[in-house]
This record gives sequence, structure tokens and C-alpha cells, in this order.
Amino acid sequence: MKIPLKYTIRNFRSRPLTTGITIGGIALVVFVFVAVLMLSSGIRKTLVATGSPDNVMVTRKAANGEISSIIMNDTYNVILSLPQVATDSGGKPVATGDVVVIINLPKIGTDGGISNVTVRGVSPAAFQLRPNVKVVEGRMFSLGAREVIVGSSIAKRFEGAHVGGTVRFGGDTWMIVGKFEAGGTGFDSEMWGDTAQLQDAFARQGGYSTVTFRMTSPDQLDAIKKNFETDNRLQQFEAKTEQQFFEEMSEFMSIFIGALGVFITVFFSVGAIIGAMITMYSTVANRTVEIGTLRALGFRRRSVLAAFLAESVLISVVGAAIGIFLASWLQFLTVSTLNFGSFAELEFSFALTPDVVFFAFLFAILMGFTGGFLPSVRAARLNIVNALRAS
Amino acid sequence: MASIIQVQSVSKSYWRDSFEIPVLNNISLDVPEGEFLGLMGPSGSGKTTLLNLIAGIDRPTKGKILVGNTDIATLSESQLAKWRSHNVGFIFQFYNLMPVLTAFENVELPLLLTSLSKKERRDHVDMALKVVGLSDRMHHYPKQLSGGQEQRVAIARAIASDPLILVADEPTGDLDKHSAEEILTLLERLNKEFKKTIVMVTHDPRAAEKAHTVRQLDKGELQ
Ligand SMILES: Nc1ncnc2c1ncn2[C@@H]1O[C@H](COP(=O)(O)OP(=O)(O)O)[C@@H](O)[C@H]1O
Ligand SMILES: [Mg+2]
Repeated sequence: MKIPLKYTIRNFRSRPLTTGITIGGIALVVFVFVAVLMLSSGIRKTLVATGSPDNVMVTRKAANGEISSIIMNDTYNVILSLPQVATDSGGKPVATGDVVVIINLPKIGTDGGISNVTVRGVSPAAFQLRPNVKVVEGRMFSLGAREVIVGSSIAKRFEGAHVGGTVRFGGDTWMIVGKFEAGGTGFDSEMWGDTAQLQDAFARQGGYSTVTFRMTSPDQLDAIKKNFETDNRLQQFEAKTEQQFFEEMSEFMSIFIGALGVFITVFFSVGAIIGAMITMYSTVANRTVEIGTLRALGFRRRSVLAAFLAESVLISVVGAAIGIFLASWLQFLTVSTLNFGSFAELEFSFALTPDVVFFAFLFAILMGFTGGFLPSVRAARLNIVNALRAS
Repeated sequence: MASIIQVQSVSKSYWRDSFEIPVLNNISLDVPEGEFLGLMGPSGSGKTTLLNLIAGIDRPTKGKILVGNTDIATLSESQLAKWRSHNVGFIFQFYNLMPVLTAFENVELPLLLTSLSKKERRDHVDMALKVVGLSDRMHHYPKQLSGGQEQRVAIARAIASDPLILVADEPTGDLDKHSAEEILTLLERLNKEFKKTIVMVTHDPRAAEKAHTVRQLDKGELQ
């Protein structure tokens, strides 16, 4: 039979100061751990939301992003003639040939710092394909004019990127005629203009960067991929859902940040583990007579071990709960950084996902277990007679 | 009456570094069932050591100890733990109650090692607290009780599982005269009314007076 849990819980509560300090240490480490994982999952979440699972995006196989992808006009026509491309009421394919370039703009509040911004030239159907993109201020760019609309996070973070302002790129000056919101997706961190104007300014009249179209139905994806494998004219190109494409753009950053975070917190956790260990050693020392008494009454060594390990794990679980609670407030924060997947600035928020919570608790339990293990073993190994003589 | 405790030619030594420290030297002792035995002797004479051996929390270097016909030296550590929980009630000088548990929970503690149901445990605890006269304090924590009351809770814990023997190491050693008297009266009652076999270590002559038999221990030898 086991030593009752209330013994563990009440002992845990009986030393508010030392327990509190230990909990604080663990909460701090968990906070950092959770914050970094929230960043990592935030970037992923933003980019997953950017692409639609109903759209297919075509890129050149050799390319490692939109900017290095080239699709010539004849290939564009082949893609649009595929039977799986949805058409609108007028029989026109629901598709956009995007021209994607990256420009440099000065960032607000960085004292001359510049960063990369994605400029996307789109066909009119792009707004049908990506209905979350909505002009909220000013107006839509006109076809045939050197005009752009800016995503909300670009408007916020870059100098002159407001409605009525101008930006210089591609050897020309472009009017900012509108601002759009894209529901917190990656498009919020882009500027959009007429694809023909961008082809002209960047001498890319012969084609596009990527082609995105709506599928007649989402279950056509396999058939589409099959076409790209079998049709000679399409074999240099790759088709995947738009969602998958953007998700892959998050992979590098999300893994990089996640790994960095784990590395940092494992480093910090050594401190928290030592803290828990010191607390538990002193607990065992203070309760030596109690341990001897429990053993004399007939409780086994392993019950003593379990009771003290449980106490240590309890400390870490409470610490984790506090750390997660504090980190959850970061959800109201957005950050913007260069996404190494696309080499362009991307704004995203800290995202608290069930996975993050799970791993935070797991990590904390591991810390509590590691810190409590040696002290608990000492408690379990005490000789009954010597422990009783400690009074 | 049959002997309930038989100590046969027991010696006990401790080792400090490689030096042998002999504590008990060839002790033999028979305790009949229902006895109230007092063990006296100067400090350091080995009283606690002998009591620990009888209670099965220490092992002799030489010799044999039978309690209720069980040769306790032959039991493994976990068998011995189980044996203690069924057969030995411990009463300590400093009561050794768990400070985070209430009187009720302290008394219930050894019963968690039995197969009793929750309800049966409650009945046993109620009964034991009634015997020691502390039914009205069952929800108090040790620090809310006087020393004498704490020792009575400890006695309730010792008798709750109805063990074969009670071992008490200086049970009045930390108490004022009045509380000590109460505790001794209680032990006497447990012996007379409830037929408990008691082995009590003490160097208090008034305590020894209550015992049926008093044995003196001196420098590891039983007089
Ligand atoms: N674990 C131990 N290691 C070494 N010596 C011990 C140990 N336990 C007891 N002793 C020694 O054994 C002797 C008898 O101790 P004890 O049985 O506690 O005597 P008493 O209870 O009669 O005062 C003492 O000299 C004590 O120092
Ligand atoms: Mg002693």
C-alpha cells in the first residue's frame, strides 16, 4: 500500500517559501520554453492559414521558393488547360499567374534598418482564390497602372508604406492606393499589384513565378499530380496545395526556432533541476524521523521513494502551470522577422497550441523527476534505526 | 503462559569504520503473553537497541528472536515490513506523528497497510481514539495538541491495527509529571483491559513502577 497522496500534497504546501522559490525557477524555465515553442508554432500557424487546401500552386521543381521559380507562358497555358482547373461562370479558369519579387524597404523604428518585403503581382482572379484578402482602406490597384496595395502589417512596420505614400522599386515609383487585411496570414506581410505591371517593371514578360488555381474539387489533387508526372511539358514543375506550399515555407524557421528554444531551455533547466534537487534534499533531511517512522510502521522503501518523487513532480507541475499561464499572455503579441523560408519579412503571433502545453508539462515533469530522483533515493535508502535516532 | 517474545542468546554490534562496537552481549529474555515489561538501565546501555531488535526494525548480529513463534531474522526486508504492520505497535519518546496529518489520519496511517475497507478503517480509528479519550480531537493537527495528547494519539496509532505487541521507548521522557502519569495509566489499562503485551524502555522509576516486571540492562548485559 502507498503513502497517501494527501501526505505529499500537504507537505508540499507546508513550506511555502522554499517550495515557492523552486516553483518560480521551474515556472521561469517553462515560460521561456513555452514562449519559444509558441513562436515556432505561430510562424507555422500563420503560413498554414495563408494557403488554401482547395487551391493548387505550381512552382518550378528546381526552385526553393516563389522568387526563384519561373513558369513560362506556354507552360502557364498548359496548366490552365488541365481538366481539373475550376472555371468561373464565364468559363474562365479561376487562376492567377503571380510574379513574386523581393524589395528592400526601411523599417520603422530601426534607425535606417531595412528589410525584405515580398511584392506579389496577381491576376484579378487572385482575390477569388484568396478571399481572405480584403481592401480595408483606399482602393484596389487599377490594372495597367504602377499602383500597389499594402498588407496591414507592412503598412504598420515600413516607412512610407501607408495609403497615399509611394515606394520605389523596379526602376519606378509606385503609388500606394490601398491597404488590405488578410486575416493574420502571410499575405498581410506582402504588397500586391497588377501582375502585368510587375512583369513589365522586372522584364519578366515571358512568364510568371508561380501559378495558382482552384481545383474543380479537392479530391482531384492526385489526378493533378499524376498529370505533372506524365505530361512531358510539366515534368519540370511541381504541383501541391497552396496550403502545403506555404506550410513548407515555415518549416525552416519553425524547426530552427524550436531547436534553438529547446537548446536554450535545456541549458536553463539545469538550474531549475538543481534548485529542485536542493529543495528535495533539504526536505528529506528535515523529515528523516518521519521517514524512519513510516518505515517502522511498515511502509516500504518504494512507497517512500514514490511519495518524495511525487512531491518533486508536484512542484514541477505547479511551476509548469504558472509558466504556461504567464506565457499564454504572449498570444496578444505579434512579432515580425525575416522568414528564412521565403527571405521576406513575415509578421506572426505567438500561438499556444495543445502540443505546446503538452510538451511544456512533459518537460516540467522531467525536470521534477530528475531533480527529485537522487533525494528520493536517499530517502528510500535511509536505515530505519538511524533515521529514528535523528530526533 | 506461553512466551510471546523469545530473545535467544542475542548479541548486537555496530561498526564504526572497522571498529566493532559491541552493544548487546549474549542476551536472553522471555516475555510471556499479557506481560507489561519495563526495561531500565543507564543511558547507552543498549535498551533502545534491544527494543528495536524485538520490534523488527533492526537485526541481531548473533542469536535468534521469536515473536509469536515467528523467527523474525528469517524474514526478508519486505516480509518484515509487512510483519511489523500487523504485529508491532510503536510508541516513541517524541510521539513521531506526521505533522501534516490530523489525529484521525495519523491513526489511520498503519491501517492503510492492511486490507481493511475505508469504513472498517474509520471504525478502527474511532475505536482507538475513543480508548485514548481523544474522539473530540480527531480533526486536530499535532501542533494543535499538547504533548500528552500527542502521545495519546500515537498510542491510538499503535493499537489501531490490534498488534501482537506494543513497544514503547521512553514514552514519558518528554512529558511533564501530570501527562506522564496519564500516559502510564493508559498503558496500564491497555495491558489490563485489552490484554496487550507491552515492552517499555524507561529510566523513570515511576514509570517502571507500573510494569509487572522490570529488567535492568547494564553495558549490554541483562541483569
Ligand atoms: N547505529 C549505531 N552506530 C553506532 N553505534 C550505535 C548505533 N546505535 C547505537 N549505538 C551505540 O550503542 C549503544 C547503545 O545505544 P542505545 O541502545 O540507544 O542505548 P540506550 O537506549 O540504552 O540509551 C550506545 O553506546 C550507542 O552510542
Ligand atoms: Mg534509548
